[in-house]
Amino acid sequence: MFTFNELKKNLRHEAGSLPTIRMALVGDTATQFLATALRGTGVARGFHIDLFEAEYNQVERQFLDPGSELYAFDADVVVLFQSTHKLAEQHSMMTAEQQEQLADVRIAFVASICENKALAGKKLICLNYPEIDDTVFGSYANQVPSSLTWQVRRLNFELMQLSRQYQNLFLCDIAALQNKFGRDWLFAPNIYVSTEMVLSLDALPFVASRVLDIACAIRGQFKKCLILDLDNTLWGGVIGDDGLEGIQLGHGLGIGKAFSEFQLWVKKLRQRGIIICVASKNDEQVAKEPFERHPDMVLRLDDIAVFQANWETKVDNIRAIQRVLNIGFDSMVFLDDNPFERAIVRENIQGITVPELPDDPGLYLEYLYSLNLFETASYSSADKDRTRQYQVEAQRVQLAKTFDSEADFLRSLGMTSVVSGFTKFNTPRVAQLTQRSNQFNLRTVRYTEADIAALASDPEVVDLSFTLEDRFGDNGLIAVVVMKPIDERGLSASAESGTRFPDLREASHDHPETLFIDTWLMSCRVLRRGVENFVLNTMVERARQRGCRRIVGEYLPTLKNKMVERHYLDLGFLPLEGQGSGRYVLDVDAYQPKECFITIK
Amino acid sequence: MERKEIINQLNGIFADVLDLDEVNLTGATTADDIEEWDSLSHIQLIVAVEDAFDIKFSSLEIMKWANVGQMVDSIERLTSQA
Repeated sequence: MFTFNELKKNLRHEAGSLPTIRMALVGDTATQFLATALRGTGVARGFHIDLFEAEYNQVERQFLDPGSELYAFDADVVVLFQSTHKLAEQHSMMTAEQQEQLADVRIAFVASICENKALAGKKLICLNYPEIDDTVFGSYANQVPSSLTWQVRRLNFELMQLSRQYQNLFLCDIAALQNKFGRDWLFAPNIYVSTEMVLSLDALPFVASRVLDIACAIRGQFKKCLILDLDNTLWGGVIGDDGLEGIQLGHGLGIGKAFSEFQLWVKKLRQRGIIICVASKNDEQVAKEPFERHPDMVLRLDDIAVFQANWETKVDNIRAIQRVLNIGFDSMVFLDDNPFERAIVRENIQGITVPELPDDPGLYLEYLYSLNLFETASYSSADKDRTRQYQVEAQRVQLAKTFDSEADFLRSLGMTSVVSGFTKFNTPRVAQLTQRSNQFNLRTVRYTEADIAALASDPEVVDLSFTLEDRFGDNGLIAVVVMKPIDERGLSASAESGTRFPDLREASHDHPETLFIDTWLMSCRVLRRGVENFVLNTMVERARQRGCRRIVGEYLPTLKNKMVERHYLDLGFLPLEGQGSGRYVLDVDAYQPKECFITIK
Repeated sequence: MERKEIINQLNGIFADVLDLDEVNLTGATTADDIEEWDSLSHIQLIVAVEDAFDIKFSSLEIMKWANVGQMVDSIERLTSQA
């Protein structure tokens, strides 16, 4: 973790060339330091944070006054930091009856922000409330609804409930930070007295980091994969030397317990949808033996998506894992007890996260907890099947080698697809794909579940989702398309105004003949399977049903989507004349369906 | 600890926190004498000094210093108690 001083010095490198996040910070205590820490952390993560900081203690005014600077600023992300200090102050001036309502009143306020039309499409990151144990009732506060302890705990719980109701609400768990590091770490009374600042300088980098974790996850930047070394990382000792009976693992006294508990944590990550892989310098059979036969192993072979055990370098093995998974190195975490291996991997694989594991395996877990490596902005039950899907992909890679032609291979897969609009069943997965997909994503428009629901209910919008199943298994929902009607006038106007697309409502009055592809993305799990052809056939069919004669696509380059730079050209679109801006057009009438080996289920 | 020694150490801390090549504090130096020494960096200085000398200033002290000399008085008092 950076120190506050380092974060402040980072501001010198706060160049306009970095991708920008427009962030508003609204708090009821002094927030200048938090503002500095957020911007400095932004630089460390490769972002320029264009920060609007509301005047001190203006939470209510900024949100309730339609003419406030907050609304004028038009932030992507609004950070709301209401302190337990102010809450305690309000609490102490209330009657017992009012005290019992305190949490409800605050919740109603946050709910009103979530519903605020002026903030539609914005993400709200709300910091929760670290507890202050005022000991007015002692532990008996747990039995008194009007006590501060009761109200703060209830407030934190009700915030969680609220976040289930409002998809634009994200909670930053600084109460968890206090649980980990302590009240006396989070709060420095002598500094508070002279500054009205409720976060200590030691705590600020951690708080800023947790806020940025969420802001990055919303933008699709988060960890998807954990790669593990084996000897002295997953178990104690060296399997090749110590043998199955000699390695340290299992409950009871001793260091084996630390490794078992570490594995339990990894198992939970796998169940959450993190892809678990192994990279180990070992003979494969020897390395696999504990997974198959050791009674105290928590992780089993079917928990591991890609198992690389050989005598190649870790760097080569991690690259091999990347080729199967087809995800960016910056979404990978590598854990190894050996500082030498860590250094080599860090130096040779740009973007990968390599934590400095402590020497004592007993400290692994608490250290890893402190890093908050696996922040996410969504969770769906489909995540759980991901490991299986990658294992199946490894089998497909094997099978493909046995066919002479690609077409023969694709035909042999017996692929089927369910084509559907956005429904309440697939909305979480669709939203998640818009947030996660970076490589095969033409315009990288991120949508929340609420946004997806709005698109689904808009009759003007063509919303398409595609699943893919084959004889090895079900890949689930893997491609998403959003098309919107647009007229040609709007199209030329937009070329001048840059990448922002013009107001589509205006265009839709007079039966436009053109559909604009707002979103086309696909999971990289299903690359080179002809899904693009199948999707385009479907899109053209929908365009014809609506009497549209042209489909216009656009490629907006990002650091990660170079893979689809020629996507529209490869599919037979023509560059749009007089544009030169990555826009391509397809003539619907002249379109011949493309060959593909996928049938509609 | 000698006052001179304390001031020497403070020079290093101020240079680091305020991001300056060199700082030459005297007992009479005030925030007005150093451009980078503003109300925000003042808090950073306090915390950095607390950490360096392993002391905690009282809330009252933090607000009443008029110059570096008085800060040194506090440091002297707190370190001699240790």
